[in-house]
Amino acid sequence: MTLDDPVTRPLFDGSDWTFELMGTVHDAIEEIALNDLGLDVYPNQIEIISAEQMLDAYSCVGLPLMYQHWSFGKHFVRDETYYRKGMMGLAYEIVINSNPCISYNMEENTMAMQTLVMAHAAFGHNHFFKNNYLFQDWTDAAGIHDYLAFAKNFIADCEERYGLDEVERVLDAAHALRDQGVFRYGRPPKPTAEELQAMQRQREGHESQRSVLDLWTDATLGETREEVSVEDRAISSRQSALNLPQENLLYFLEKHSPVLEAWQREILRIVRYLAQYLYPQKQTKVMNEGCATFSHYYIIHRLYEKGLITQGALMEMMHSHTNVIMQPEFDDPRFSGLNPYALGFAMMMDIRRICENPTEEDRDWFPEFAGNPDWKSVLLQAWANYRDESFILQFLSPKLMRDFKLFVITDDAKSPELVVSQIHNRQGYREIRRLLAKSYDLAYQEPDIQVTDADLKGDRELKLTHQMLDGIDLVDADRAEVLKHIKALWGYEVSMTGVNRETGAKVYSVSTRAPEGMDPEKA
Amino acid sequence: MHHFIDRRRNPKGKSLGNRQRFLRRTKGHVKEMVDKSVRERSVKGGAEGPDTGERVTIPVKGIKEPRLAQSPQGGFRQRVYPGNKDFVVGDRFKRPQGGAGQGGREGSDSGEGEDGFSFNLTREEYLQILFDGLELPDMIKKNTVETETIGTRRAGLTTAGTPNNLNLIRTMRNSLGRRIALKRPSTREFEELEDRILALEALDSPTANELQLLKDLQAELEVLRRKRKVVGYIDPLDLRYDTHVPEKIRNSQAVVFCLMDVSGSMQEREKDLAKRFFILLNLFLERAYEHSEIVFVRHTHHAQEVDEETFFYARETGGTIVSTALTEMEKIIEDRYPPDEWNIYGAQASDGENFGNDSAKCEALLNSVLLPICQYYAYVEIVPESDTALLNDPGAGGDLWHSYRRVKEHWPNFQMLRVSEPAHIYPMFRELFAKRSAGDAA
Repeated sequence: MTLDDPVTRPLFDGSDWTFELMGTVHDAIEEIALNDLGLDVYPNQIEIISAEQMLDAYSCVGLPLMYQHWSFGKHFVRDETYYRKGMMGLAYEIVINSNPCISYNMEENTMAMQTLVMAHAAFGHNHFFKNNYLFQDWTDAAGIHDYLAFAKNFIADCEERYGLDEVERVLDAAHALRDQGVFRYGRPPKPTAEELQAMQRQREGHESQRSVLDLWTDATLGETREEVSVEDRAISSRQSALNLPQENLLYFLEKHSPVLEAWQREILRIVRYLAQYLYPQKQTKVMNEGCATFSHYYIIHRLYEKGLITQGALMEMMHSHTNVIMQPEFDDPRFSGLNPYALGFAMMMDIRRICENPTEEDRDWFPEFAGNPDWKSVLLQAWANYRDESFILQFLSPKLMRDFKLFVITDDAKSPELVVSQIHNRQGYREIRRLLAKSYDLAYQEPDIQVTDADLKGDRELKLTHQMLDGIDLVDADRAEVLKHIKALWGYEVSMTGVNRETGAKVYSVSTRAPEGMDPEKA
Repeated sequence: MHHFIDRRRNPKGKSLGNRQRFLRRTKGHVKEMVDKSVRERSVKGGAEGPDTGERVTIPVKGIKEPRLAQSPQGGFRQRVYPGNKDFVVGDRFKRPQGGAGQGGREGSDSGEGEDGFSFNLTREEYLQILFDGLELPDMIKKNTVETETIGTRRAGLTTAGTPNNLNLIRTMRNSLGRRIALKRPSTREFEELEDRILALEALDSPTANELQLLKDLQAELEVLRRKRKVVGYIDPLDLRYDTHVPEKIRNSQAVVFCLMDVSGSMQEREKDLAKRFFILLNLFLERAYEHSEIVFVRHTHHAQEVDEETFFYARETGGTIVSTALTEMEKIIEDRYPPDEWNIYGAQASDGENFGNDSAKCEALLNSVLLPICQYYAYVEIVPESDTALLNDPGAGGDLWHSYRRVKEHWPNFQMLRVSEPAHIYPMFRELFAKRSAGDAA
């Protein structure tokens, strides 16, 4: 089929969609996505939902099944209020990293929007989920559904047996540590065969507890706790016995807390597992949206060139595309940071340009791929092997920095003034690129907090160390609250010491110990 | 491969469980807001308001989800911004107040930074919280005595009646059955036969056979024609009529008389307490009755019916003669609310003062006129907060109190209580409405 093929008719004309029509359009998109653009996707499962269901999905962090907790109710109530007031629009779609890949499309969408949304979510995001190394390494797309169902049932079960309050207490505490419940650097230690058995025993114990005396479970538990603590070769130092230092606080508490019951450990595991599952998405906002936006942009234009969609439909899609990639400037009242859609899309388009029409500058900066005729494979490589931070560090071109007119403001608390330290000129490119990449590195954006010591045979105080970077402190009120939550999970006192990462000097120290410990004593 | 699923028909309220947990979590604050709204809203508005639920704002504090996050201030930071206009390296400017934070790049997670967190309660949730602990269902059973009036009710079918009651469906069904049973020829059959006859007649040179056939057909047509005449399309036998029979039906409408002393001794505080009581009573009766009305009667040394605004907020001076209000109530009942059609409730609030020997007159009025026709009559005496002796000793009190105590001995549908602060209203309300089965106390 070519542009002037007279038999090609647009697939749709009006704005109403039907399931048959969506099936036809899906196939047309698939043809382009797989055979032309070379995407590789999970099978698609596209679900049509109403606005209320979309709000439901919002409140449950976008997951199709979720255990029940008041905070989700709170988010629902808030989103619903905003939506009713017209202060918030709803997304056209939500897509879930699962196999088959589930995307939720809103029923209000017109046929043109459904087309756009399918190209965006069911192919762009889908490809990214399936191929990016972070998702491949850290998430289990095929198993997530079963796991969510297990989590939901398990927690509902616990509520029934131990009461809403007990479960809520554990969940509240675990949620407070969600950001500290992921392995950032190393793979999670693979559970050993014994550990797996112990986990299984605990779960089974949970299942059969209804019919068996509680004594039985206590016996099983005691044994398990033993195993976990000696699991790692008997070494004299208690730190290595506890696998310290440990950045994953939830993991540590789950394994070593002296006071938690088996079901409470399982709840911590659930929260930590989901946090880890969502962690790659936090690290790839720009790339993920860039990949999806570039895909839909390419696909709808191909559809139009083939005569499969009308000019009107293309215009409607482009209108919404343009809104999505709008980047307000820093002094615009709408400005709220760099728009990941805008930056991602611009970078993908720029990579294509560098391949097709490289300038001298591009050849200097990107000798590996400037002028490479196969821009598709360059993009596919990039989507598979980078995350936001490394992607920007590798691919952000001087042209784009000029287009975005990027500049750097240095804000040193010691000085009363802000300084413009770099602008988009030859001297500034590398520094701007480095700083922008750094701002997407969660290792810098999230505080570095580790468990450094816990004397199980002594006072059992849990000692946390906060490695402070650039003198940036934590939000003080929140820190006190979270420490209380940790104390609830650990069962004994908890203290946190802030240490300057460069010098190792102690900056502050707080503790849950009453009474004077509550105030941070600045050192 | 693709797969489309229509989820729109899935059951709604997937997050209902989350919502309940959220309300449970914020119960204290929500209850506080509901209490406040009861105090602040108008009585009639109080009855209408919950139709659309109630908007409550609760402080963020109780529902905060703390995280260990980096503080947006302090330290050394370098941020990248888009849209440079005319900055060059080395430009300096004052740190903007309010912190030129990194904006919403993290997509603010919990609506923090707002003073409060607002959302709507549904009507059910609102009333649930409002009457939390009050045993409403039981109260309804105990207190809503049904009055009866005559209405009509459908009572099946008859064979005789007026044309306007003709039941077409049943009539036509009978007609069809009869026509089939008696083999009444259909129009189609009839026309077919006629067509064949016409065709035969049109032949120029019919054979003997054809002539014979024509004759037979004409004879047959004649039979059919006769049959159609004899077996009518609709026969008087087919007719069926709807019937209605007169019946006594439950009539649940209620009128609440709010009587209040507005003389100088009733200050803002006293009125506020009275108002809370009137609101509760009205909300409760709203739930129990299909239709309810409120009549406001205020009195000093004379009584008059007024609208709500005047009732609660207008000032009036004069003495205090309680019986005038009772007389006014009697008069309104006579005029507008015949007791056999209306459930009549009386609620009277006063600070207990009365003129001279008027209390005896009140007693007589209640005994002879009002209590026989009222479902329920509640008297609330608002006493000064400091006067604990009065609160604790039902024996002590003024003339009015003593007179009413005598009334109470004779009438189970009369109740009286004292309150001195808003916190007393709910317990008192419960006591008032749970009392009839629980025997006598107070």
